[in-house]
Amino acid sequence: MLTITNLHARVEDKEILKGLSLQVAAGEVHAIMGPNGSGKSTLAGVLAGREAFEVTAGSVDYRGHDLLELDPEERAREGIFLAFQYPVEIPGISNSYFLRAAVNAIRKHRGEPELDAVQFLKLAKEKMKRLHMDEKLLQRAVNEGFSGGEKKRNEIFQMAVLDPKLAILDETDSGLDIDALQIVAEGVNALRGPDRGIIVITHYQRLLNFIVPDFVHVLHQGRIVKSGGKELALELEAKGYGWIETAQREPAGV
Amino acid sequence: MTTMTTTARDPKEALLGLWAEWEKRHGEAARPSVRRLKKAAIARFAELGLPGPRNEDWRFTQLGPLLKTPFQLAPAVAPRLTKADLVRLVPATPDAALFVCVNGRWEPGLSVPKALPTGVTVTSLADAQSRHGDLIDQHLGRYARFEQHPFVALGTALFSDGLFIHVPAGIEVPTPLHLLFVTEPGSAPVLAVPRVLILVEAGSRVTLGQTYASPEEGAATWTLGVTEIAVGAEAQVEHVKLQREALSAFHLDALQVHLQGGSRFRTQTINEGGSLVRNDLGAHFEGEKAECTLNGLTFAAGQQHVVNHTTIDHAEPHCASHEMYKHVLGDQARAVFNGRIYVRQRGQRTDAKQQNQTLLLSDDATIMTKPQLEIFADDVKCTHGATVGQLEEAALFYCLARGLGPDQARQLLTYAFANEIIQQVPIASLRAALEARLLPSG
Repeated sequence: MLTITNLHARVEDKEILKGLSLQVAAGEVHAIMGPNGSGKSTLAGVLAGREAFEVTAGSVDYRGHDLLELDPEERAREGIFLAFQYPVEIPGISNSYFLRAAVNAIRKHRGEPELDAVQFLKLAKEKMKRLHMDEKLLQRAVNEGFSGGEKKRNEIFQMAVLDPKLAILDETDSGLDIDALQIVAEGVNALRGPDRGIIVITHYQRLLNFIVPDFVHVLHQGRIVKSGGKELALELEAKGYGWIETAQREPAGV
Repeated sequence: MTTMTTTARDPKEALLGLWAEWEKRHGEAARPSVRRLKKAAIARFAELGLPGPRNEDWRFTQLGPLLKTPFQLAPAVAPRLTKADLVRLVPATPDAALFVCVNGRWEPGLSVPKALPTGVTVTSLADAQSRHGDLIDQHLGRYARFEQHPFVALGTALFSDGLFIHVPAGIEVPTPLHLLFVTEPGSAPVLAVPRVLILVEAGSRVTLGQTYASPEEGAATWTLGVTEIAVGAEAQVEHVKLQREALSAFHLDALQVHLQGGSRFRTQTINEGGSLVRNDLGAHFEGEKAECTLNGLTFAAGQQHVVNHTTIDHAEPHCASHEMYKHVLGDQARAVFNGRIYVRQRGQRTDAKQQNQTLLLSDDATIMTKPQLEIFADDVKCTHGATVGQLEEAALFYCLARGLGPDQARQLLTYAFANEIIQQVPIASLRAALEARLLPSG
């Protein structure tokens, strides 16, 4: 579904990704872990098409498309969903208006009929129930005055409604208490399936107790330096990232 | 150095000529107090003359194109407009009683009155001069002072008709009153001078809309409006002004509000149309513990030039004023916001807040913003602030990442910026119409 090969990207003059390669197949959940500044959010931004990140080398193939050639909205319409680390507040636009506009932009692209307000509401309410979300959030302005947990839950709710093929969760666990974390994880787990790929980007292992990944990758200085199964996350938790850094400095000792 | 050619037309003389014509035709028939007022006004206009480049209040208002146009007073003939035309021109307001003036004259045939509480009067200003003469003598021209304002002076001299509203004490008017002023273009440039006097007595409540429109056809139009609103003690007035004249229209309008003790006046000034638009909005506190909100929202693009001048006179203690003016400017649009807050020595415990926010959608659009605080009392709270910016990249990207196209994303975020003001439009149908225009298929 997704093949990233030797990806280099920079922000302004600073090179952040330095030859990152990764393959995600449909049905798989990949966790990408790494210390601050390792390039986790840059990877998420590059995949979603954020302009501030400039790709200088490498390629990304997404379901047969050259992903880097697609505009951000085209990527979204082709089924890529980024759950933002810092969801943006849009005062004056209701959550339901925003999300229905998004659903219909995607449906139109797929050649499906657009949802009217009633059909949308039915779909939205069903998804909200699963995420233990208050229906009142639909009428509130997008993320405005939401608590940290509500914002993250709102991202997962959007994801559930938009039904992506590839979901990228950028530090969705940051700032969540354990209850909120569980709800978010339940929401993500409900979306696991043979047709969907999920990339979970996180600093901490904690989230991976609830969303158990098929693969864990360690990102360090813009490259994936170690990959393994779910037990790698536990190892990282026990040893910290310093262990990776040391291993990187002393490759002969591995 | 320069030689005047014989064909040169002096704009001031031309405007004085319009007065001479008015006086010849209607002077004798006017109510004596009104005629006196008009004579004083034109005399003052003759003294003041047209504002020159050194007049600080008018420096940033480009009057050139207006003054070059040879306007004639709109003739007193039946309008060509039909009710069907109005539907195309302005949003329908079935939740309000509608009173229509065309070229400054009341048109009962186009109006849609509704049952109003006993004692409430809405009629033409011409009619009020005979039937409510005492109120006219007492109030007309008392609030919109023309001593320092050449166009209020000119507007006072040149009006023939307009609307008069009187809400006696202690009445809550449940139906909003929507006043619609259409300036109908002709084959030659036409000047319309609608005048409005609104008296809301103690303890009463009313919601008012003033919409200005003109069809996009024919020669240039100039709407020169003056509105006076007297808000009695403890009375509450909700107001919206919607200006959506043709892109060739000139619009100079003054609204002066006087507030008695404990009263409240809130207005939203919304500008969509016009070539040159200037709104002079003044609020004067005549009693303690009164409160006013003056909000504005301007959309301008192309070559539009929109100027908002507000003046709040905190002449009395314990009064509060709130101002939030927003601009959305594209292309080469030029906007000016000048917010004057005057706190007199008596105005202790004044609480005045002024905010001005501008969204620039193009590199060539400009905003000139000028807070003007003159404070002579020592125990006051006055704040002001201005921001100018573009659509936030993070917010745009958030929309794109959800699949919205760039145009749709910009439209949505522009609406989000404007929404704070739109939500305060007190007539539901007008509010909904504005929402629908800015944010299709909600």
